[in-house]
Amino acid sequence: MLRDAAVMAGKDLRIEMRSRVATNQVAPFALLVLILFAFALDPDRGVLARAAAGLFWVAVLFCALLAIQRAFAVEAADGARDNLRLSGLDPAAIFLGKASAVAAELAALEIILGAGVVVLYNRSLHGPGLLVVTCVLATVGLAAVGTIYGALAAGLRVRETLLPLLLLPVVAPVLLAATRASEAALGGSPADGWPWVRLLGVFAVIYVTFGVVAFGPLLEESS
Amino acid sequence: MRSGIGTRILGVATVASLALLAVMALVITPADVNQLDAVRLIYIHVPMATVMYVAFGVTALGSILYLVPRTRAHKWDVLAGAAAEIGVVFTGLVLVSGSIWGRTTWGVWWTWDARLTTTAVLFVLFLGYLALRRVGGDPDARARRNSIAALAACIDLPIVHKSVEWWRTLHQKSSLLDEETFLHPHIHGTMYWTLLLGIGAFLLLFSWLLINRYRLAKLEDRMEDQGLERALAERRAEALTGAP
Repeated sequence: MLRDAAVMAGKDLRIEMRSRVATNQVAPFALLVLILFAFALDPDRGVLARAAAGLFWVAVLFCALLAIQRAFAVEAADGARDNLRLSGLDPAAIFLGKASAVAAELAALEIILGAGVVVLYNRSLHGPGLLVVTCVLATVGLAAVGTIYGALAAGLRVRETLLPLLLLPVVAPVLLAATRASEAALGGSPADGWPWVRLLGVFAVIYVTFGVVAFGPLLEESS
Repeated sequence: MRSGIGTRILGVATVASLALLAVMALVITPADVNQLDAVRLIYIHVPMATVMYVAFGVTALGSILYLVPRTRAHKWDVLAGAAAEIGVVFTGLVLVSGSIWGRTTWGVWWTWDARLTTTAVLFVLFLGYLALRRVGGDPDARARRNSIAALAACIDLPIVHKSVEWWRTLHQKSSLLDEETFLHPHIHGTMYWTLLLGIGAFLLLFSWLLINRYRLAKLEDRMEDQGLERALAERRAEALTGAP
């Protein structure tokens, strides 16, 4: 099953590498969001630096929406979805593969965004251990739940508008926990961050499990 | 399809208990020492919150029953949808009545307290679910999609609750379901009984609404089927006569 998942993830990442949609569109969009935040919040009074953790994760959420839409848009053309169903791959492996590909893209985006926050918002990084663990767990959770809802909304006529409405409330705890944990790391009090990291871990485990179980019935549908 | 005698009796009982509740809540129970008349909001606010939880519980249960292959039947999805619709309406009412109450006792319409925030997230979660339900398609695929979405939303609730609880807490403790106070309520006798009556009356209201909403959904399905059959028959007749 893990090999199937790796095949699936490899396929998705290869498409992204060759089509360059992620590098040419999503990554610049991420930077654009950071710049827009600076326009909306006054950079001189330190509001930006203080809100940096929250802004970072909001930007990640927006980019995650794009990455997830994209991950299922590539399956929409030429009946790729049917081929996927007929490929004989375990639905759980398809889920894990697609989620890993989304997670990898998100991780890359987070690095770009993190660099953007350091440079543009003049925020230095502390507590690297906590930050890395937070990012990894939040990314896994986002990718898992995003893949579930992406598959749910894929193929619907209203998917572009429906996906944000379905996905954003569900990932509200991720935003909350990841922001608090990052703030604790940046603020130099990592001890406050670990309970939030546990919450992120629980979220990730729950939705990865849910996706593994629920992806079979989700793929079956033919609309 | 007229409503059955049982449903009508339930309807009458609902109206009677709500009328009794109005009298108890507005006339018989005393005003609170601190909150004055504003405390009377508890007799609808808490019952509406109870209905909200019960309704989403029914949605979760219906979705599970649909997804388990042994009990898979279209009616469970219809039930889940009917309950979710009522649940969303009551969530809205809980937020509004809570806001009014908050304004009179805390002095603000809204505060980022744990339970308020959870309720707000709950509201948006299920608005999304209702939006998803309205998307057309093959009935089986739709029902499966709905059920999975409902469960994905429901398992999120404890996490949302936990996270916002850590984030901040201001709300007064639960009036009834606290273990210590359940048997020894710290609210006045008639107030306690009126609150229980309120919960009972609103649960009756919920059952009555649910039965009727469920039947309406069934009728909608039937109309859709018959409309399709009629359209097919018409086209077939056209083909036979050879003229539109």
